Amino acid sequence: MDGSATTATKFKFINEFWRYRELFYFFVWRDVKVKYKQTVLGALWAIIQPFFSMVVFTIFFGKFAKMPSEGVPYPVFSYSALVPWTYFAGAVGYSGNSLVGNSDLLTKVYFPRFAIPASAALSGIVDFLIASTILFGIMIYYNIPLTLNLLFWPFLVIPLFFLALGLGMIFSSMNVKYRDIKYTIPFIIQILLFVTPIIYPITILPEPYRKLAALNPLTGIIDAFRSTVLPDKQMNVWLLAISCFISVIIFFIGLYYFRKVEKDFADIV
Amino acid sequence: MSTSIIVENLSKKYDISKLRKETQFREALINFSKRIFLRGESRKEEIWALKDISFTVEKGEIVGIIGRNGAGKSTMLKILSKITYPTTGRFDVFGRVGSLLEVGTGFHYELSGRENIYLNGSILGMKKKEVKAKLDAIVAFAEVEKFLDTPIKRYSTGMRLRLGFAVAAHMDTDILFVDEVLAVGDVSFQKKCMDTMKDIKNSGRTVIFVSHTMATVENLCPRVLLFEKGKLRMDGRSADVIKEYIAQFGDTVPQSRFDLTSVPNRQGSGEIRYTGIEFLTPDGQPKERICSGDSMKVRLHYKVHETISRPEFYFDLKTDVGARVTTFGTALSGHEIQTLHPGTGYLDVDIDFLNIIPDRYYLNVWVNTCDLLITENDTIHDGLERVAAIDVEMPGSEHSYQRLKESGGAATKGLDKWWGAVFIPCRWNFHGMHISEESKQNI
Repeated sequence: MDGSATTATKFKFINEFWRYRELFYFFVWRDVKVKYKQTVLGALWAIIQPFFSMVVFTIFFGKFAKMPSEGVPYPVFSYSALVPWTYFAGAVGYSGNSLVGNSDLLTKVYFPRFAIPASAALSGIVDFLIASTILFGIMIYYNIPLTLNLLFWPFLVIPLFFLALGLGMIFSSMNVKYRDIKYTIPFIIQILLFVTPIIYPITILPEPYRKLAALNPLTGIIDAFRSTVLPDKQMNVWLLAISCFISVIIFFIGLYYFRKVEKDFADIV
Repeated sequence: MSTSIIVENLSKKYDISKLRKETQFREALINFSKRIFLRGESRKEEIWALKDISFTVEKGEIVGIIGRNGAGKSTMLKILSKITYPTTGRFDVFGRVGSLLEVGTGFHYELSGRENIYLNGSILGMKKKEVKAKLDAIVAFAEVEKFLDTPIKRYSTGMRLRLGFAVAAHMDTDILFVDEVLAVGDVSFQKKCMDTMKDIKNSGRTVIFVSHTMATVENLCPRVLLFEKGKLRMDGRSADVIKEYIAQFGDTVPQSRFDLTSVPNRQGSGEIRYTGIEFLTPDGQPKERICSGDSMKVRLHYKVHETISRPEFYFDLKTDVGARVTTFGTALSGHEIQTLHPGTGYLDVDIDFLNIIPDRYYLNVWVNTCDLLITENDTIHDGLERVAAIDVEMPGSEHSYQRLKESGGAATKGLDKWWGAVFIPCRWNFHGMHISEESKQNI
């Protein structure tokens, strides 16, 4: 172990993470278990959040503002985006606060610190899957045909996870040092909700704003989620590819920053 | 014998200004811009928590680390456990490491005992299979069989401690780092911990053990490292190192009166301060010579600066290696003092029969308020370590304590003091001895 220069290679990092995979599993398991144990509503909670957002959005944007919804009823249109969005917002917020929330672990035991934001970002997947089942119910209710495209639905959460974790690692490590970061996270998430085509379809954006929106990695991913549900909507593969690419870049920036500052966590948290 | 731990010229620096300031991102931005535009020098306050530490530990050694608060003991352990990093220097640890810096790290109160065993085990670096195989032993050790599936928020503090220690005790590692965890819990828990530590000692594992309890260190560790202000001051046989450590507190020479008004390093919130201690005869005269079995009076002088309620006054007696012989306390004797307003005064403790073995004893004195209802914590108002000393001598004899010490008779060894701690009132009768009546008179 060299104190002055950390010569930890990528390989060593992956190797170590593999050795501690069980701890990672237990962190996810703990988060999921505690979440459902503590709330009276349990698993219902996973549904309530996107569902009621959908109801409110439908009333204000669908009914009053007459927002176009790409050929399907507005509830289907918005819910198909709100399920991945709710996961993303939760994962960023949760992993962004995860290091400070686990400060007792950071100062008392050694393990790859990466496991904390990663498990925090991963544990929301359970909520995501539960909320997804309601989507089928809503689709059946509005007579939307269930196509094979839906098979893509669960896989699209993978780039979303990496994006959320990338941001989560940046926020959580800054949060250790600067405690006011935690107040900016909800604010940033709120901004993202409006600049991402969730309430509205991307088609209402005029050029050049549509090109600009493509730089937001959420655009392509959320749009792809939606295209697996909406029968007349083609998946914009290029848009998705750009989003995935940017997500991976953000993930690696997050990982790089996290790895760079992680050795100070125990001293300053 | 192969080497287990190598530490070479290791130092750890903390930049206090960094730790304290710039905790807000906006402040960091402001400071950053100031640095650019004003070219102001940012002031640095550095502290070397560890400075140039080198030592090696062979496989199977049990090494104690002692030193005052802030000497760097825990930082050393944290570096060896890879929790924090050294600023310069290097270290190597060969073998599977387990570190126990706290009992029950990562326990979640909503989860059941069983779930927490798995969680805590994996946090300590155990495999799930391993925990599963040892589950019964862990549960039996912790004595929580009946509550295994109850959330631990319903456990008592003692049960949680036992559970945490049970998991840690079943870690199967080559090297173990232990930090002061044995200092918590009730007597039976402490005994359990000590027994486990002794088992570990005999199991051939390498152990580094940080503690403030000299008696424990002396019992467990043949070799001790003494840290002082971040430096390794001494490394050697436990008895020698502990003596050296104790000597740092300054030689408190026994006398009948101690002035406590200007003692440095005192703890507590300061509403009340001890101003002096006197050792007196029952009728209030200074007691020059104290013997086992004597009657005496201990007078504690104090000054109250701010009104306090329900203060409890204490002092204890410790041997020169820090083993506590007894504690005197107003609350221990069943007294409850209501309120003290600013002013001065004294308390007398009348001891009818000083039944402790001849030796030199040191006193710690403290006052606290025990607010169990409000904070579950003691508030310490004043606390002084090793501020007075008494030499208890042999009764009815001109043999002084010092002479006994020279003859080697009073040599102390932690809790296993040669002669124990208690002096039982007794009379020796020599009538039946087969010696002349004249000799009997002279015994």
